[in-house]
Amino acid sequence: MDLFEYQARDMFEKHGVPVLPGIVATTPAEARAAAEKLGGGTVVVKAQVKVGGRGKAGGVKLAHNPDEAEAHAAAILGMDIKGHTVNRVMIAAGAQIEQEFYFSVLLDRAERRYLAMCSVEGGVEIEQLAVERPEALARVAVDPLVGIDAAKAAEIVAAANFPADLVGPVADAIEKLWVVYRDEDATLVEVNPLVKTADGSIVALDGKVTLDENAFFRHEDHAALEDELAADPLEAKAKALGLNYVKLDGTVGIIGNGAGLVMSTLDVVAYAGEQHGGVKPANFLDIGGGASAAVMANGLDVILNDEQVKSVFVNVFGGITSCIEVANGIVGALATLGDAATKPLVVRLDGNAVEEGRAILAAANHPLVTIVETMDGAAAKAAELANA
Amino acid sequence: MSIFINKDSKVIVQGMTGAEGQKHTARMLASGTQIVGGVNPRKAGTSVDFDVNGETVAIPVFGSVADAMSATGANVTVLFVPPPFTKAAVIEAVDAKMPLAVIITEGVPVADTSEFYAYATKHGTRLVGPNCPGVITPGECNVGITPANITGPGHIGLVSKSGTLTYQMLFELRDLGFSTAVGIGGDPVIGTTHIDCLEAFQNDPNTHAIVMIGEIGGDAEERAAAYIKEHVTKPVVGYVAGFEAPEGKTMGHAGAIVSGSAGTAQAKKEALEAAGVKVGKTPSETAQLMREILQG
Repeated sequence: MDLFEYQARDMFEKHGVPVLPGIVATTPAEARAAAEKLGGGTVVVKAQVKVGGRGKAGGVKLAHNPDEAEAHAAAILGMDIKGHTVNRVMIAAGAQIEQEFYFSVLLDRAERRYLAMCSVEGGVEIEQLAVERPEALARVAVDPLVGIDAAKAAEIVAAANFPADLVGPVADAIEKLWVVYRDEDATLVEVNPLVKTADGSIVALDGKVTLDENAFFRHEDHAALEDELAADPLEAKAKALGLNYVKLDGTVGIIGNGAGLVMSTLDVVAYAGEQHGGVKPANFLDIGGGASAAVMANGLDVILNDEQVKSVFVNVFGGITSCIEVANGIVGALATLGDAATKPLVVRLDGNAVEEGRAILAAANHPLVTIVETMDGAAAKAAELANA
Repeated sequence: MSIFINKDSKVIVQGMTGAEGQKHTARMLASGTQIVGGVNPRKAGTSVDFDVNGETVAIPVFGSVADAMSATGANVTVLFVPPPFTKAAVIEAVDAKMPLAVIITEGVPVADTSEFYAYATKHGTRLVGPNCPGVITPGECNVGITPANITGPGHIGLVSKSGTLTYQMLFELRDLGFSTAVGIGGDPVIGTTHIDCLEAFQNDPNTHAIVMIGEIGGDAEERAAAYIKEHVTKPVVGYVAGFEAPEGKTMGHAGAIVSGSAGTAQAKKEALEAAGVKVGKTPSETAQLMREILQG
């Protein structure tokens, strides 16, 4: 889960990383109050979106007094930045920046360890720097069993060629950023820019943090960091039901078991859709391993409530999941819906208890349900029905 | 022959006394796997009864992996331990010098996996998983949660990130059969990779051809493609899932995230094809490609 800048700022502060004061606001009036609370002088009004390039999009503005802060907030709130609606701004204290640097620590999947990256050239597009002048970006491997101790921090700062007077304070900031990474179960902590201010102190001016959702069980406060304003209503409903659901733009509703099989089902439907007016999948929905009839019925309920859906493809390979449960879930959900059920369902079952599952569906003989034996054939049928 | 496990493998179950552990221990026993013990320090000295095809079999519970190994000669452990306790359980197995640990558990924090992977690598334990269906050598040994009855023994080697796609492919090609199928798991950090399996299959005389199933996220498939080009002479067919997955969204597996251009299904497909791998558009088409190779 990616955090907003203000959440990253708060997290940095909690672990002793030097940051400037910053207050989040959701209305222009709150922005004014925040600017007043920060002393009434110059502040920066920063759009809070989980996407880069907000400065170029006009989402970051300097305000010389609370009036200006309120006016800028009014302009920025509600803006669309690369498809992300701005629901919050952060009012940040102004800083006299002398120099800008870059630091990040992240999970290196391929090497199965962590990677620290650091540069004395910050504030820029770091991806661009990495490609154009790779020598300007120090990359230092971090052993997960050791982490970034004082020696490793010194190695990183040396590799990035920091001037002697900054070696100490930057290494100190890096050690604290490592504590954020480790203690909060992050998979990315990035500071761009890390700055030297006019008074010589080192400050993390903008932060990006990605948290590992698998580790939420040991961080009671992390669930509250989720952005409820951005959640799609169907996604929110599915989440409340404990379903793994992602809304997409197409018209064929998809339910399956196992992330890989469901992803594959989306692809196979889009492939079949090429012959049927270019129809696409409407969602990703994984009912998981060993799903019960109730879980199946909940999934169907979410999908049938999606107004974009024209047909539904249920694709289950029963490994642990029993096709009996899947069939009972379908029959039960359709019975509950009664006349409200209007969308055709194509069902492909295979594996564990497939004969029994198909027999349950055949016995129910619901006019909306079509059983197709192969995955490719069922995808074609579902695409055809969505294009009818 | 096979890779990683065979009829002589002696398997212990860490987490055997929990609900998931019991359920799958019963299934592994029913498919003929030599399950020789479970581990639970609070229930050491007791045993758990399982119904194996109508007969009751008592599986002893040991206080530690080390105790279980010295009493039974176990050389494989399979873990059904909940995420908060997985790291400690893996480290215990590594400290006991267990050669192979198969971690089924889903939802392990990636920091824990990074740590126990580094630890296991240092001390010589092979890890499979986490968040995987396990390893099956059909007709001989099944370590994990793969339904054993959906396929049979043969000469195809399979390596896959996804559980259900593994089952789908095992089922599609059940008449031809498999030497070994390895579900390596979909997490961002995993113990055994596509490349490890490709190398083992290349060296296994009983494996005549290989199916490789990948999905979006990371660059494991691209690396595997480079490896195939250099080192694999046996025919390989491939399948990649996730063409329709939107950028930046997680599709169930923690690893299945596309960010930026790298890691897309298209990039993986192209890399595999450039290495001479035939890539199917659907699982069935992929199975058909394999059928054509083996049946000429």
